[in-house]
Amino acid sequence: MTAVAGAGSRAGHRGDPFLPRPFVVRHHRQDTRDTWTLVLEPVDGVPMPFAAGQFTMMQAFGAGEAPISISGDPARPEVLEHTIRNVGAVTRALVHAGPGAELAIRGPFGTGWEVSSGRGGDVVFVAGGIGLAPLRPAVLEVCADRAAYGRVLLMYGARTPEDILFADDLRRWASDHGVDVQVTVDNGQHAWQGRVGLVTQLVERGGFDADHTLALVCGPEVMMRYAAMALRARGVQPGRLRLSMERNMKCGVGLCGHCQLREYFLCVDGPVLTYDVLEPLMSRAEL
Amino acid sequence: MQTIAEYLPQHPFFAGLPEPVVALVAGCASNVHFHQGQHLFHEGEPADAFYVIRHGRVSLEVHTPAGPPVVVDSAHTDDVVGWSWLVPPHRWLFDARATEETSAIAFDGACLRDKCDTDPAVGYVVLQRVVQVMSTRLHSARIRLLDLYGAPA
Repeated sequence: MTAVAGAGSRAGHRGDPFLPRPFVVRHHRQDTRDTWTLVLEPVDGVPMPFAAGQFTMMQAFGAGEAPISISGDPARPEVLEHTIRNVGAVTRALVHAGPGAELAIRGPFGTGWEVSSGRGGDVVFVAGGIGLAPLRPAVLEVCADRAAYGRVLLMYGARTPEDILFADDLRRWASDHGVDVQVTVDNGQHAWQGRVGLVTQLVERGGFDADHTLALVCGPEVMMRYAAMALRARGVQPGRLRLSMERNMKCGVGLCGHCQLREYFLCVDGPVLTYDVLEPLMSRAEL
Repeated sequence: MQTIAEYLPQHPFFAGLPEPVVALVAGCASNVHFHQGQHLFHEGEPADAFYVIRHGRVSLEVHTPAGPPVVVDSAHTDDVVGWSWLVPPHRWLFDARATEETSAIAFDGACLRDKCDTDPAVGYVVLQRVVQVMSTRLHSARIRLLDLYGAPA
């Protein structure tokens, strides 16, 4: 646990953090119109253990390097799973790396969700858009030890029904693990039978015991700000409310300053931070 | 079987209202049921009611010229639908369609307006509740205008 952030655990990388390791793409799946999931294996066969919530620096040769959250199962460190949205030159090269392609990866970096600290109580996941990907490892961790937790709620907001990530997972988590999965979209078509509206509205009505709840939030920063306000209004303690912050991570080890949020380097002090740390920072412009 | 007057205080919209106010507005209410696919109201029609959803789901939709209607919002168990009954010219601005079997309490808009006009204290507490709903929906609409999950700038 980091002294400054008080959020999650750091599972350290081995050896030189600047030296990438070669990984080969084993499976390649298009999840939505602009998002793909890659399942990779280390070329040297040595697993890469990680904590739910951590990220790696993924490099496509000749294109560059980008920070990508790990979306796979922490209980299966022999494979590395990344869900990537195609938003630029590097991510375009990454999502087009098909089976057999080799990529270079550094990490894992940063703090984790430390979801096990929520054992014995309720857990609320609030995800927006691609923000479900960094939360997926934590959901898998809870599902693998489901009896240790009380009510588990996953509130997920997406742009349209076509943009909903991990639809099969969502169904399985609900049916096999008793997760109360609630999905809402910003824009629905006539055929959409589900909710239309903000994910924060789900928080206001969510059936959880706020005094004994661990809340994990990931998504666009504006969405996280309002989700955090809604969770606080419900009574979730700021120290039990964790958000994954996104900035321009570069070195991954707190040297370059690209990901600085006032005194915090989010690549080492984050990305997961508690709301008592973040509240004064998130309401300040230009930080 | 609960009467409407007994049920209303349990609904979030009415929770905490003085008992005489609840009893007064309950006089304008009746139980209704909508089958899946059935419309509660259509755009442009007189807005003569508002609905408290007991169970079910309702989509608020806008017609588009070259395609199916677009769902702009949805209402669910414990939500309320409609405030056009309160705002002149009292015409619905959207279609409302039940997307599953929906039980609701319908309030007669003219009856409610009359009671609010007759007793401004009642009108004020009802208006406070309606404004809360409007505020939540306005906030939701404004944030969704940002298209937060869309392509990064």
